[in-house]
Amino acid sequence: MADETVFDFLHSELVNYVIEQSELKNKDAKDEDLSNLEYLGFSTGYRMIERLTKEMPRFKDELDTMKFICTDFWTAIYRKQIDNLRTNHQGVYVLQDNGFRFLNNISNGKQYLELAPRYVTFTCGVVRGGLANLGINSLVTAEVQSMPSCKFHIQVQRS
Amino acid sequence: MSRSSSRIDTKKVNSELVTLTYGALVAQMIKDLDNADDVSKQLERLGYNMGIRIVEDFLSKTGSGRCLDLKDTADKVQMAFKMYLGVQPNVANWSAAGDEFSFILDSNPLTELVELPDDLKNLKYCNIICGVLRGALEMVHLDVQSWIVQDQLKGDSNTEIRLKFIRRLEDSIPAGED
Repeated sequence: MADETVFDFLHSELVNYVIEQSELKNKDAKDEDLSNLEYLGFSTGYRMIERLTKEMPRFKDELDTMKFICTDFWTAIYRKQIDNLRTNHQGVYVLQDNGFRFLNNISNGKQYLELAPRYVTFTCGVVRGGLANLGINSLVTAEVQSMPSCKFHIQVQRS
Repeated sequence: MSRSSSRIDTKKVNSELVTLTYGALVAQMIKDLDNADDVSKQLERLGYNMGIRIVEDFLSKTGSGRCLDLKDTADKVQMAFKMYLGVQPNVANWSAAGDEFSFILDSNPLTELVELPDDLKNLKYCNIICGVLRGALEMVHLDVQSWIVQDQLKGDSNTEIRLKFIRRLEDSIPAGED
């Protein structure tokens, strides 16, 4: 059973690796390409939730699923629960974490704000992957206004 | 933090999280580099980067002091395995000169849930551990070489990681700074 710090280190190496690869591929692109990082998260989340939920009864509805993501799933991965869950009851959910694990070790304030996407992209993938495995197709984006808090927007795709 | 709704064994989950994330990473690398040797090399390098940081975490958590000889080092690394991977390897197969030995792991959390397809039989899936060892020991002034001798993924009964001491690194002043 691995120690928690191992995952922190592993995650920062994932970020490094993906950014290195994207720089190798297209040197002159202005924005770094983090889609692979999101995909890494997706595959992790997809498999993870399957193992977590195998002994559990089926979720009642979408909101119930989201609550599971905010409490048990989040605690399993990020050592704390989501601090605030909001929804418009039409498929948009906003999850707010006031002390996001991967941002906790970065200095607060504005200085490194532009680097924040690197550290939240993996998680967007994890959430999307988890939901996908539970039968909910979604788009997940993140918003960081001031570290270390972070908001994840989930838009459920119906059709 | 309230644990009222904790139906989940966090320790186990955390370990699986590492395993699954690592698996996803290796799969991505195979896609990016399409050559098992390059992937192994890349994994070693990644491990090196982790190692140079893990050693600090290790020293601060254990407060352990200087090692007197390589046997001492082996014991500490053994302890580190227990701390970070949750498995305690055996230290064995010392060379006659006492500069080379193996860690033998009965079970390896990294390879749990993993199966290697036939066309990747030469992939060194656990090479990241070799990298971590090299990086961590370099930070405490030991230049070592590390490689995998036996691998459970390839049908061996346990995982054996060999470590060879090369030399002691001396403090040196970076170029241009007198």
